[in-house]
Amino acid sequence: MSIDLKTIKHISKLSRISVDERKAEKLASDLNSIFDFIEKLNELKTDKVKPLTSIAETTLKLRSDEVKSKNIREQIIKNSPQDNEDYFVVPKVIE
Amino acid sequence: MSDITKQSLTELVENIKIKKLSSTDITKAFIERSEKSKELNAYITDDFTSALDKAKKFDQKPNLDLKLPGIPIAVKDLFCTKNIKTTAGSKILNNFVPTYESTVTENIWNEGAILLGKLNCDEFAMGSSNETSFFGNVQNPINKDLVPGGSSGGSASAVAGQLTPITIGTDTGGSIRQPASFTGTVGLKPTYGSCSRYGIVAFASSLDQAGPMAQNVKDCALLQEVISSYDTKDSTSIDFKRNKYSKELTNNIKGKKIGIPKEYRVDGMSKEIEDLWQKGIQYVKDCGAETIDISLPHTSYALPTYYIVAPAEASSNLARYDGVKYGFRAKGENLIDMYEKTRSEGFGAEVQRRIMIGTYVLSSGYYDAYYLKAQKVRKLIKNDFDEVYKKVDAILTPSTPSSAFKIGEKTNDPVSMYLNDIFTVPVNLAGLPGISIPAGHDSKGYPLGLQIIGKAFDEQNILNIAYAMEEKINFKNKITDWWIK
Repeated sequence: MSIDLKTIKHISKLSRISVDERKAEKLASDLNSIFDFIEKLNELKTDKVKPLTSIAETTLKLRSDEVKSKNIREQIIKNSPQDNEDYFVVPKVIE
Repeated sequence: MSDITKQSLTELVENIKIKKLSSTDITKAFIERSEKSKELNAYITDDFTSALDKAKKFDQKPNLDLKLPGIPIAVKDLFCTKNIKTTAGSKILNNFVPTYESTVTENIWNEGAILLGKLNCDEFAMGSSNETSFFGNVQNPINKDLVPGGSSGGSASAVAGQLTPITIGTDTGGSIRQPASFTGTVGLKPTYGSCSRYGIVAFASSLDQAGPMAQNVKDCALLQEVISSYDTKDSTSIDFKRNKYSKELTNNIKGKKIGIPKEYRVDGMSKEIEDLWQKGIQYVKDCGAETIDISLPHTSYALPTYYIVAPAEASSNLARYDGVKYGFRAKGENLIDMYEKTRSEGFGAEVQRRIMIGTYVLSSGYYDAYYLKAQKVRKLIKNDFDEVYKKVDAILTPSTPSSAFKIGEKTNDPVSMYLNDIFTVPVNLAGLPGISIPAGHDSKGYPLGLQIIGKAFDEQNILNIAYAMEEKINFKNKITDWWIK
């Protein structure tokens, strides 16, 4: 199989990572060699195999819904690239 | 001073307990050596000033009942440390200061240890050579031209170079065991669910595990005892009876059945690795264990499976880095443009590559062909192990297909880099514990490791086998301190 530039552009959009032409070409070549290697899995017949869904076969435990960390708004906001009062600021979304 | 840093963790703890050394003596010694070792580039962030303060405070009122009394420890920069910058080796987290502490590091501080600093690693733990870090590559103390392995390369380099008595790394596909093997140190990847993932920057959540990296097996057992805990903050943490690994450590492995999997004799494996493996087989026999030839038929499918599962999980985990709530933000004309530029400028090439692979294999029309297929093969790989563990107690293999390679040697060929993890990846896919111990040198004098793989939750058994083998091997790391002027 072969991943072309159009596919790279599509994945880049889905991943929200901008790529220019040069980067797209390099990615296409890298991804093709990686997928050539991955194709090995097609040697195996797996129609009757159940996929692994969890490595540890345990059931999730329930817990009571309690607030444990309170009043950490300020601490959290401190890490934001841009904020105003208690809000994260992003580029304008609605004109 | 210099001989303090040569001591093992166990010796340092003993010397603190009999009051021959103070926490301040030890902390000072490791800080001094770390400061002289900048060329290794093992640290991303140091916390030396506050480490010394904490050591002095410890000495004023020492609690000698703790397991790591006043011991300074540097940790991989993938563990969130409260109020100390945590970067995961990435530009995108270059200014991130966590407001909480990871459970694993919390466990260490609760036993009296003191944070020395945060150690370099491949960006988001994606790499096998520590060359993908935004903060530059790490040097291997064994030789200036060599990579220390990865992704826990800074951790391996710091333990081998004696900048910290012991450390913790994380292992998603071999990131503890491969650098341990490349630097002549001991590294344990515990069973999935043994150590809490809370507060560890996520890479591939069904594979990630934290684990100890040490100069010897006993130290490794002691740290494993401290970091392993059941934690309600990680929904995949498992509540099982944990051993007192260091107290219960024994070199008596008489009658243990150890499997030798023929599929690990891969094409193109050097004679040196084969010879090392044969030597390992002889050592376990000398210890009174029995070896049995076994087959793990799906071994060669493990790496292709891993390169679907791990990037798929990573693409989902790394979706959170959008330049809004924390981390680096690039300027954009609008919101989408800001996201795309932030992620394009904030992530390095390898991370972008893996996000792209993951996004592709999960995208509409490809999910069944790739992700579902991989999860089915993963089941087959796990079944292989379940089957052989009916007959054997543990499995012995080489840790890596070669010794440490040169800096820059594999950076242009992702697949050749991925092949480094050929012996370690199956263990993560099956959620099992595995330990790498130094077992010899190649013709160039570089260390080589052997891996012991155990049953789930059977860390004590593989630690015991490693302990018994360590005694027979009597490995001496050849480190000349070339970086200290």
